[in-house]
Amino acid sequence: MTSDDPLVIGGQKLDSRLIIGTGGASNLAVLERALVESGTELTTVAMRRADLEGGSGVLDLLRRLGISLLPNTAGCRSAAEAVLTARLAREALETDWIKLEVHADDRTLLPEPFETMDAAEQLVADGFTVLAYTNDDPVLALRLEEAGCAAVMPLGAPIGTGLGIRNPHNIELITSRASVPIVLDAGIGTASDAALAMELGCDAVLLSTAVTRAEDPERMAAAMRNAVDGGRLARLAGRIPQRFWAQASSPPR
Amino acid sequence: MDVEVNGEERRFPEGTTLAGLLEQLGTARRGVAVAVNGTVVTRSEWQNVVLIDGAKVDILTAVQGG
Repeated sequence: MTSDDPLVIGGQKLDSRLIIGTGGASNLAVLERALVESGTELTTVAMRRADLEGGSGVLDLLRRLGISLLPNTAGCRSAAEAVLTARLAREALETDWIKLEVHADDRTLLPEPFETMDAAEQLVADGFTVLAYTNDDPVLALRLEEAGCAAVMPLGAPIGTGLGIRNPHNIELITSRASVPIVLDAGIGTASDAALAMELGCDAVLLSTAVTRAEDPERMAAAMRNAVDGGRLARLAGRIPQRFWAQASSPPR
Repeated sequence: MDVEVNGEERRFPEGTTLAGLLEQLGTARRGVAVAVNGTVVTRSEWQNVVLIDGAKVDILTAVQGG
């Protein structure tokens, strides 16, 4: 393996460039095997009303595996809701990391750009390390970076669709001028999508459904780990330019 | 007095503190956060907050998601 700088988000070094979401797994045993196989060091959790009896199984699992928590604000529709959820997560989980996501509506689950921006500014001012989920909009990505987000996370396609990266050029525009880590978040369906994200210059990939709802989550987790590594290597290696006409690779007669 | 806990009406003695309520409910101490009437109450303040009739308490924890 050739050398590579580690991924650093908000001052924390991460050796794995694959961030896993814990949603969608049929049970904790399946989730555990997939997490271990993925090699991830950071996973998302959602904040919800607690069962009044008993603890949270997923928290115990992640602590046992030594995986850092990235709470999200999924389900929030406004900046105010997202800020409250982030503060609750900080209190409950003793981390100031937050995956900021504000959804516009239930059918698309697309990020609401104005509320996201508003919440990002408030959370940065309140000392959070903000990883902001956003559209694949190069202008908005830059604005979120300027607002102080520790990482910007454009979608490849809407959450849970598995449609891959619908606008690779936008993703490349985002990665080409970012000075914070860019994490491709949402839309990944299979390993080639994750590899493409890395080839386009993303610093990491965040996915959940593609693994947790695969027929064999453990095997898909391994596929994603290898895809992220392969895509990263290809990015560092520098691909050949695309050509219209053939170019012989054997010497002429 | 009646206090709404996670959307459910429950009855507690007058003067119950937030810490007392959590103890009576048997809520885990770790991994939870509490808001009273929409404002986060930090752990160190749980024992100082005396609940009043009609208060709305939300107890949140991390679940699988994202």
